[in-house]
Amino acid sequence: MADGVEKVRIDTAGALRDAAITALLAFGLFLPLIGFQTVTNIRNELVLTTRWPLLFSIVAIVGVARLAYSFFFAPWLAQRRLRPVAVTPPAWRGFVGKWFVPFAIGFVIVYPAIVIASLGFGGALKWVDNFGIQILIYVMLGWGLNIVVGLAGLLDLGYVAFYAVGAYAYALLAKEFGFSFWILLPLAGVMSSFWGILLGFPVLRLRGDYLAIVTLAFGEIIRIVLVNWVDLTNGYAGISGIPRPSFFGIPFNADDDGFAATFGLAFSPIYRTIFLYYLILALAFLTAFVTVRLRRLPVGRAWEALREDEIACRSLGINTTNTKLTAFGMGAMFAGFAGSFFAARQGFISPESFTFLESATILSIVVLGGMGSQIGVAIAAIVMIGGTEIMRELDFLKQIFGESFDPTQYRMLLFGFAMVIIMVLRPRGLVSTRDPSVFLKERKAISADLVKEGHG
Amino acid sequence: MEVFLQQLINGITLGSIYGLIAIGYTMVFGIIGMVNFAHGDVFMVAAFVALVAFLILTTWLGVSSIAVALFIVLIVAMLFTSLVNWIIERLAYRPLRGSFRLAPLISAIGMSIFLSNFVQVSQGPRNKAIPPMVQGEFVLFTQNDYAVTLSFKQLIIWGVTAVLLVCFWYLVAKTRLGRAQRACEQDQKMAALVGVNVDQTISMTFVIAAALAAVAGTMYLMYYGVVSFSDGFVPGVKAFTAAVLGGIGSLPGAVIGGLLIGLIETMWSAYFSIDYKDVAAFSVLAITLIFLPQGLFGRPDVEKV
Amino acid sequence: MTIAGDILLRVEHLTMRFGGLVAVDDLSFEARQGEITALIGPNGAGKTTVFNCITGFYKPSEGRIGLCHGDAAIWSELDALTESGQRGISRPDGGLYLLERMPDYLVTQQARVARTFQNIRLFPGMTVLENLLVAQHNSLMLASGYTLLGIFGFPSYRRAERASIEKARDWLNRVGLIHRADDPAGDLPYGDQRRLEIARAMCTNPVLLCLDEPAAGLNPRESAQLNELLLSIGNENGISILLIEHDMSVVMEISDHVIVLDYGVKISDGAPDEVRNDPKVIAAYLGVPDDEVEKVEAEVGL
Repeated sequence: MADGVEKVRIDTAGALRDAAITALLAFGLFLPLIGFQTVTNIRNELVLTTRWPLLFSIVAIVGVARLAYSFFFAPWLAQRRLRPVAVTPPAWRGFVGKWFVPFAIGFVIVYPAIVIASLGFGGALKWVDNFGIQILIYVMLGWGLNIVVGLAGLLDLGYVAFYAVGAYAYALLAKEFGFSFWILLPLAGVMSSFWGILLGFPVLRLRGDYLAIVTLAFGEIIRIVLVNWVDLTNGYAGISGIPRPSFFGIPFNADDDGFAATFGLAFSPIYRTIFLYYLILALAFLTAFVTVRLRRLPVGRAWEALREDEIACRSLGINTTNTKLTAFGMGAMFAGFAGSFFAARQGFISPESFTFLESATILSIVVLGGMGSQIGVAIAAIVMIGGTEIMRELDFLKQIFGESFDPTQYRMLLFGFAMVIIMVLRPRGLVSTRDPSVFLKERKAISADLVKEGHG
Repeated sequence: MEVFLQQLINGITLGSIYGLIAIGYTMVFGIIGMVNFAHGDVFMVAAFVALVAFLILTTWLGVSSIAVALFIVLIVAMLFTSLVNWIIERLAYRPLRGSFRLAPLISAIGMSIFLSNFVQVSQGPRNKAIPPMVQGEFVLFTQNDYAVTLSFKQLIIWGVTAVLLVCFWYLVAKTRLGRAQRACEQDQKMAALVGVNVDQTISMTFVIAAALAAVAGTMYLMYYGVVSFSDGFVPGVKAFTAAVLGGIGSLPGAVIGGLLIGLIETMWSAYFSIDYKDVAAFSVLAITLIFLPQGLFGRPDVEKV
Repeated sequence: MTIAGDILLRVEHLTMRFGGLVAVDDLSFEARQGEITALIGPNGAGKTTVFNCITGFYKPSEGRIGLCHGDAAIWSELDALTESGQRGISRPDGGLYLLERMPDYLVTQQARVARTFQNIRLFPGMTVLENLLVAQHNSLMLASGYTLLGIFGFPSYRRAERASIEKARDWLNRVGLIHRADDPAGDLPYGDQRRLEIARAMCTNPVLLCLDEPAAGLNPRESAQLNELLLSIGNENGISILLIEHDMSVVMEISDHVIVLDYGVKISDGAPDEVRNDPKVIAAYLGVPDDEVEKVEAEVGL
């Protein structure tokens, strides 16, 4: 191997043995839950049916995949390891790095126009709503949580609680008092922030996983209260008929004083969707802008310093409790904004939307994206949320697997699987370098190996 | 008084199940410092394996003795669940060992989502109910028309938990594997230097954790007679709460924490509000951590400057 | 109005117990304005514990730690301050602080005591320059109007930020790290990290700089550079230094005053030459066989 060009030898017998072992393990793994299925029969008793063909095809697929790994992927990996590492990154990288952000911003601004131009009003609705608005909500939540987890290094597993506070604050106040969206948006942010600081105060001296578990507990407590305080929240049934945002006072409806009539257009539901799209886009940009600004301010640097070394921070005269609280409150505020947007967009909210799974999804977007990196978080949100949304669109698979096959069933299955795979392949996330907040002569990206992840 | 006694019995039963799961959390945390978020779902998978095994035994093989059936179900569930957890550790956690602290946590959350959805897809989303396995109860005494009872299945849960805890204690305190585990907890590099196979020890930790979760899963199925794909999360979080309450890393702490959480939950349901029983458990967790961050039996975490 | 030679720090009857272990036992000493005071002693003598008590990381079990800014006449109010239950007094002509009553960050922020750590604690993922800006957090925070003015980009904040970058640049020049300003601190070699940590502590604008083994792990050349740096901090900036050190070449060359600890007890206190020849110190450092303890103790008068 000295010259680095020698072919990696493939051990055929070993590969076959490995494949056999893997297949055997897969058989053991899948035998109870795929080999057998519990079904309720006509007399309402639970009985077993078998699925041997499915079990054996899965086992065969796993075995063949292992074989393919030994024959093709492993040699390729070994070859790649032998190749000398390029010292300077190729020129296109710098080019892409420089133009990616402006291009991406331009793209999201014209996205609804592109979709409408190519699909027409009817077809575009779904693409603007499910892929545009839905993803942008998660981008915004990811950016908000990024302040807490990525910058300040505080592991928060109950972030969805503040999203819920924002949503319920909007829903209840808008229904009860008829305040407009534009009054309630900042109010919801302030209320979430208040809750963030209130919950943060006793727990922020906890460290690491303890903080994670207490925030998870608080998230669950808030959800359980939302479920059980029926007088206020209507429990599981949720709140419906939440007032929708208007275009600066002009409602989006088919009336004579509605948006379409006012501007002399034919009525279509897409106007509201497009308005909501730009609204969440503006909110997401606000989050990003504020975060970028804060990073260059002493408070932002103190957050990052806190993530790097809390004791050193204290030795420099930084009040770490206040610093953590500002991070917590700031993150909660953006969750509150996103929550009130969510309530206004859906017109209906229930505790179902604020489960631990949501917190886990947002946290995974932050970590998968690369902690602290805004571009990474946005890409992760697009991949994870867009990926699961696209599962709804794969109807052609029915032609392969039969009519009873429903790809949406597999959405969360693949979502969980993807989380594991991305972590195993890129433990530091997609964008793993840190961009310094200030420089004297030259801005150099900092390798992830040096950046700490915080203990709080 | 009679309500209190009845709830004490119920609470200890529930607490035993939490305690068995909590040991898995505390062991894994002790040895690799990771919150194994998927552990609650491993418990749920175990309950499903037990369900399938039980149905095979009773409806296909016609085993009529419940004692024999239960014993076989327990063994089968332990074996398969151990295999599942062993593979999970190999695929999802081992490649991340020694890397970034959050990576295994996210991987475990992903695994948790994967497992519950895997069971949902492969077994269907409906609750799976079976006829009661064990019936009958002792009436301890009756007062004011309220009979305080100890059912056979509660007795079985107490007995099985006690026997397993003794076996488990022996394994950790007296065997080579237990010593290797404790060595890895202290310092993995040093343990490797003195000849402990660290990878294997960690794998075995996951296997033992899964076996105990499998016992808990089987007991859960027997006690409630119903299981669904979403049953992993809440018992999982409560068992983790128990582990933290007892002092994470401490094995007796996990068991006692489990019992406490079980008791708090049943007592709260009886005397206050059943709707808010989870709030009670989580509040206890938050309060413990704020005032006693190392838990009841944990070593205090001295800040080194 | 500071006069070299006035008392700056007064530690009285400081005792620190961890459970049954007495790490520091009834220790009293003084450090003077503009001087370099060294705290030496064998491993485990309790030196770092004393540091942690002074800088607020530990709450002492007993004792009083007073620190004075400006005119030393204010020391006369020490007992009144202790009685009053307050943390300190601050007046235009000076201030007096009871460090044992202050949380760690206030010791730096108000009493202006800065410190470094035995096992260097930089922010490894931040650049050298960022490390020095974090040290100026409190003044920048004020300038940014607690973030409100900063977020809208007020010019007053931008001026303040430029001034702090200038200050950081000065310090980088003095410790010879200006060419590494934009590199992550974790990438620096060990000796550079030590100097950066001192520069960072100096950026908090202290009156007393506490250095925990600054020469540990340095080669002789780096150690000599360190001596120069510490002397210049004392001479040019008039800042007093409290130093824990094992490297006797550093201690004897630069300190004005040496205090020797052994098992948490002060065994010697004086000018470097006096301490160097103190038989108790020699016994503590070199150790004597058990059967000779009594003889040696008789000789040294214990």
